[in-house]
Amino acid sequence: MIMDLLLNTVWPAVKILLTILVVVVPVILGVAYMTLAERKVIAAAQFRHGPNVVGPFGVLQPWADALKLMFKEVILPAGANKVVFFLAPMLTFALAMLAWAVIPITENFAIADINLGLLYLFAISSLGVYGIIMSGWASNSKYPFLGALRSAAQMVSYEVSMGLIIITVVITVGAGGFNLGNIVEAQKGLWFAIPHFPMFVVFFISALAETNRAPFDLPEGESELVAGYFLEYSSMQFALFFLGEYANILLMSAMTVVLFLGGYLSPFGFWFLDDVWMQPIWFVLKTSLIAFVFLWVRATVPRYRYDQLMRLGWKVFLPLSLFWVVLTAGVIVGFGL
Amino acid sequence: MSVLFRSIRSLLLLELVRGMALTLWTMFTGRRVTVNYPYEKGVLSPRFRGEHALRRYPTGEERCIACKLCEAICPAQAITIEAEPREDGSRRTTRYDIDMTKCIYCGYCQEACPVDAIVQGPNYEFSTETRAELYYNKDKLLDNGDRWEHLIAANIAQDAAYR
Repeated sequence: MIMDLLLNTVWPAVKILLTILVVVVPVILGVAYMTLAERKVIAAAQFRHGPNVVGPFGVLQPWADALKLMFKEVILPAGANKVVFFLAPMLTFALAMLAWAVIPITENFAIADINLGLLYLFAISSLGVYGIIMSGWASNSKYPFLGALRSAAQMVSYEVSMGLIIITVVITVGAGGFNLGNIVEAQKGLWFAIPHFPMFVVFFISALAETNRAPFDLPEGESELVAGYFLEYSSMQFALFFLGEYANILLMSAMTVVLFLGGYLSPFGFWFLDDVWMQPIWFVLKTSLIAFVFLWVRATVPRYRYDQLMRLGWKVFLPLSLFWVVLTAGVIVGFGL
Repeated sequence: MSVLFRSIRSLLLLELVRGMALTLWTMFTGRRVTVNYPYEKGVLSPRFRGEHALRRYPTGEERCIACKLCEAICPAQAITIEAEPREDGSRRTTRYDIDMTKCIYCGYCQEACPVDAIVQGPNYEFSTETRAELYYNKDKLLDNGDRWEHLIAANIAQDAAYR
């Protein structure tokens, strides 16, 4: 009786928890070191050293930062809506973690190998807007509110062209194209970044806008909005927003890798490099590469003006991705691929 | 034609690629200009205006004659002086306070001083954990003078040619 309960109820629950930990713990560690990498990369581009005091080459810096944030006081601004104010960072963080459920890390491992994985991913990343809107509204302060408005408008605008690019990829894969595993398998031999190169670039730039990164970091715009929607947050609330934001960057990198750079596939199909146990390594390497480009872009380009941002989203990317959908569909139907 | 070239250039992100190449190049080949502050420090000018100090003559007699010129000129009104004649008849301060939280480090006090008594030394690392520690009194200032005298004297000597 007890054995039955253990085997049928407790063990599956423990198993799924462990599976989740296998993905979530590396993601959180990756996020922690993303903050360090960002500071190091930008420092390198600006003739500086970056953090180099806490531990060798500053490798313990994220832990020092985390400890510092944990010991800070939680401040609730006067007139803030308490429930929504505390819910917003949790939502942002939870959503950023939730999306990792469908990312295929090897050919037979994803927490949830669902058939509409791509739609799920797209839906979760769209839900991210709620955390931002909630925080901006609940803070009862003008800068976060303006930041949240900008952020929401920006994310909605760029999601349109991202959606079209996803359609392009799905058309190319054909049947079962919404399953991320199928998308990766379809890239055996030729990564989609090669035939769809313009869309690869557009997708990456849209990902920058989607995660509110430079050069599209208007929602944070230090010079006019101080810090944007998380201005009123302190302590772990702030840390959750920060973690959520960087987890989103990693997620977008992973999404770019899955859609265009052949996910866990190895770039060389020989010797042990093609083995299953090498697949997570390839996946992590590719994701890190794209994440590095995120930082690299931030170290290079200045911030866009808001009207330029909207012009780029609606008048350049939207027609371009729409044209590419038609072209891809035409080629596939026309040549009977 | 120029419209065509312009749109091709912007579509191919040529300028962006060039900028990105520059930063990547810098990342791997650039020299580092960081001064690792607590371990390395920048060079200070002899005219650097840091923490205040009250100096003494080599005999050990304090220089300040309580003329209160520094108190008068201080734009932040950070200096408070009280004075009365000593037993030997010389004018001396009984109280010489500087509120370091008010001080703007303009250097007018050391310019006003006729006997080079109040000076701003080369020390800039005097942060404290409490506000009260920044209300300097005469003892603290004289102690600073004794502690930094060799550097202060060297700086004054070095700058003397320009005065």
